[in-house]
Amino acid sequence: MRLWALLNNFEFPYPEAFLRNFIFKMDQPEIYTIQKTIDEAKDFKTFVFSGSLQAKPGQFVMLWIPGVESKPFSVSYQDNRNFHITVMKVGKFTREMFKLKKGDKVGIQGPYGKGFHFSDMEKRIAIIGGGCGIAPVNFLLHEAKKRNKTVHFIAGCRSKDVFIKDREIKKLTPGAYFMTDDGSFGQKGFTTDALEDLLKLKKIDKIFACGPEKMLYKVAQIAQKNKIRCEISLERFMVCAIGICGQCCIDKSAKRVCKDGPVFKAGILLNSEEFGHYKRDIRGRKVSL
Amino acid sequence: MKKLRTKFLGFDFENPIILASGILGMSASSMVSVIDNGAAGVTTKSTNIEGRDGHPNPKVITYESGMLNCYGLTNAGFENEKNEIKEFKKRKPQNPLILSIFGFSLKEFEDIAKRVDETQADLIEVNVSCPNVQSEHGKPFACVLGMSGKVIKIVKKHTKKPVIAKLSPNVADIVEIAKEVEEAGADAVCAINTLGPGMVINIDVKKPVLSARAGGISGPAIRPLAVKMINDIYKNIKIPIIGVGGVTYGRDAIEMLMAGASLVAIGSAVHYRDIGVFKKVCDEITEWMKKNKLGNINEIMGIVK
Repeated sequence: MRLWALLNNFEFPYPEAFLRNFIFKMDQPEIYTIQKTIDEAKDFKTFVFSGSLQAKPGQFVMLWIPGVESKPFSVSYQDNRNFHITVMKVGKFTREMFKLKKGDKVGIQGPYGKGFHFSDMEKRIAIIGGGCGIAPVNFLLHEAKKRNKTVHFIAGCRSKDVFIKDREIKKLTPGAYFMTDDGSFGQKGFTTDALEDLLKLKKIDKIFACGPEKMLYKVAQIAQKNKIRCEISLERFMVCAIGICGQCCIDKSAKRVCKDGPVFKAGILLNSEEFGHYKRDIRGRKVSL
Repeated sequence: MKKLRTKFLGFDFENPIILASGILGMSASSMVSVIDNGAAGVTTKSTNIEGRDGHPNPKVITYESGMLNCYGLTNAGFENEKNEIKEFKKRKPQNPLILSIFGFSLKEFEDIAKRVDETQADLIEVNVSCPNVQSEHGKPFACVLGMSGKVIKIVKKHTKKPVIAKLSPNVADIVEIAKEVEEAGADAVCAINTLGPGMVINIDVKKPVLSARAGGISGPAIRPLAVKMINDIYKNIKIPIIGVGGVTYGRDAIEMLMAGASLVAIGSAVHYRDIGVFKKVCDEITEWMKKNKLGNINEIMGIVK
């Protein structure tokens, strides 16, 4: 209350955004207009919005199609003026999303959660993205380059037609590994194979990964075996995004993916009995991966 | 902390702070972490026999003075709940667990009531007051005079566990409903469920934000209302009360205890002060008691007549 009284004493009116976001903690969607859509690959589209989101790589937003539904999405790129959200068509919501065009309005709430961290000490990093998990680590890659890190990038997908961001990645890290399950693009094999090869050749200070959970599990194990620090971005069914509903709690640590995550230290995840084995559906029932 | 120790319906509570239904109550791990963060007991999310998806997102939003939710009774069904309770009890045998149940008809209440004794839950909370399923299922039982009593009678008939009636603030006279459930045999009441439902409209797209258009209001905004209702109920019935509604700080909990609550449940405050809120509230109560030279928390219960 004292803070509120203090604020009222200022002669200039406080900006609405400041009051909404910091004083009253309003968690409601803000409306943004789609500036542009980019076709990335089969079933992948990037939506470009203008505005300063001030997200960190690995953080997510709740994207609301007014009157339809809202779902969590990570930020795939951000600069001072724009930010991108890359969407994979998987279900009812994303099909609706794909119908949207330049000029349409959506709600964006956030950013939420804990993103990826690197200290100044961690100079040589490996970034691994699998499938749609390439989107959030693409943002991380841009950030890492800005901070002059030596980045080894490993991107993997099912096949060539669903590969996203490959040109952008290649431009920033010419030595990037591209892996496909069927060998239709880059090398045939898994990202984890490439990671093991890479660790034999180079000294790495930290590993970052986002992608299918089976892959993440393997990455975490490889990191643990090689005693390399590792951060993993985990996906769970989310509802409130503010850490109160308990929908995205993982067993047994009860870490909330929306608030304590979605980026976790690999050690924390390896200690939880859920990671790599099962997740929970909308009702909270366990579903094996 | 001895100062905070209390008894409720024969169960020992290390302190009077418990987890309200609907928050962090989906899995055993989550409820265990609430205990680790200072609560003495927990209430599960409301469950029925077959489970429910609930409404789509957005189903939780906040505004200046509180929060709206339209969860719509999402739950994994009775069998799953039973397992989560078992797991919780394995890890926290000393901390009482309240199983919240609901049904859309007397028959559904009877079906689940017949089975609650299969679980290791210590107490049963009967949720007759969810405001978020009105469009599908009509007014909650707690808002129709005579119905809450009927539900409580049915549940009491089938379980040996103590039964708590969760009351709705969305009635002309909550005292009347409290008397009704007391007469029907309820062992305690829990007041209040969320208020409303209320609606938030996004003016830029001219649409309600919540997927169900409206949602029950909780958080600091409803606390004075909850305190008044608890005080009114306290003066008119003999069974104990679990106070719930917007409690965020130690002083809020003290206020509710003074109004007549025996236990205080916390929900929305997890948003304002994160999951550590349970311990923080307990510490604040202890500090206040020290300052006021109180030996035990029971000394202030119902002190405001």
